[in-house]
Formats: sequence, structure tokens, C-alpha cells
Amino acid sequence: MAARISIQHEDFDVAAESAALTDGRTDVGAVVTFSGLVRADDGLTSLTLEHYPGMTEREIARHVAEAESRWPLLGVTVIHRIGKLLPGARIVLVAAASAHRAAAFEAANFLMDYLKTRAPFWKLEERADGSEWVEARREDDDAAKRW
Amino acid sequence: MTLLYFAWVRQKVGQSEERIDLPPDVGTVAELAAWLAARGGGFADAFAGGRTLRAAVNQNHVGWDAAIGANDEVAFFPPVTGG
Repeated sequence: MAARISIQHEDFDVAAESAALTDGRTDVGAVVTFSGLVRADDGLTSLTLEHYPGMTEREIARHVAEAESRWPLLGVTVIHRIGKLLPGARIVLVAAASAHRAAAFEAANFLMDYLKTRAPFWKLEERADGSEWVEARREDDDAAKRW
Repeated sequence: MTLLYFAWVRQKVGQSEERIDLPPDVGTVAELAAWLAARGGGFADAFAGGRTLRAAVNQNHVGWDAAIGANDEVAFFPPVTGG
């Protein structure tokens, strides 16, 4: 089953995306969905996401292919929003379907770690006193190295 | 060749994209960065030594010693922060 990869301004429906991975089939025993949301840390008023069109899709597709080679997946969905998002808004969805839960959990975790450290997105945080680009976190690099 | 700039690199150099002829004596990403820094102003600021910049050639992450050619798309950006 081809993975669904979307970079979009629009919000997404987690339940609908999860259902789309399982509708009409009886071989899926586990679907793991991860949703990332905008936190209002330290008075954050908005988060603006920029990306590298073309490279983003290629990087995500490459890592989805790697996940599919490492775990017996029956479906994968990756949705990443771009543009200006407010606190509480959904940013990213990773959903992985498999016959059993371990593969679905691990593949979703792997894909999130790689989105954090390899997919060309950048976040600009805005607060009352100005805006600032988010710096990459060493913890994210360390998390990605586990795989 | 096409040069692309993202996030604060784009802000410092004041543009998101430009087309240039591959300068003579520039054969790697590091040499291109040094050539751009020599323009001064926002370019010198963005490409100042010691700063953590990343690069991609033809939409693949590369190291600073990667070779570049006249028809390549080269992008410069800060470490990524997706997810």
C-alpha cells in the first residue's frame, strides 16, 4: 500500500486518517497515530513553519521507505503542516499500521525522530516581544541516532 | 546554478533564491560558502565562520566537502526543526 505523504496548510482529522488506513481490510491489527501540537511555551503566540518544497517530500518518502523495509507495515501516513499555526493547533501526524503493535509503535517513533532531524522544516516562534527561530535540539539528534 | 536560502539564512541574505554562474575556483560547498561570505553584508553575517549552517545539493543533505557543479541546486539553511 502506497504511503500517504502530505505537506499542507490545512488542518487534518486524526480519526479520519486512522480510519483510512484500515477501512475495507481485515489484516491490520494495530494502528499507532502520533500527533504533534503547538505548545504556548513562555507566552508563545504563534509558530510559523517554513520548508524546502521538493526536498521535504523526498526526505520523508525516503524515510517512509526505510521504515517499510525495517518493519512489516500495512500502511503509513505522514502529514506535516506549514504556515502560521496558533497554540493548540495540530502540526504533524504520523500514522503506522501493521498486523501487530510493536512494528506500528516502532515505525511511528522512528519516523517522528527522523522528521525532527532530517526533514527540512524550520520553525519561527512569535511572542509579544518579537520572533525567534527555533534552534535544533541535541536531544532530537540523540533520539534519531537510536535507529 | 541555483542557490536557495531558508529560515534565518534567507532573512540575513535578504533573498530566498538566486541564479549564479559557478565561480572559478569554487568546487565544493565550503568554497561556495566562502565565496558568498566574501560578498559582505548579510552574506558575511549568514556565512560567518563557526556558525552552524547546513547544506543540500540537489535536495540531498551533504557535508561541506561535497562537490558542486554548474547546474546544481545548492541550498543553505540552519539545522532543521520539524515535527
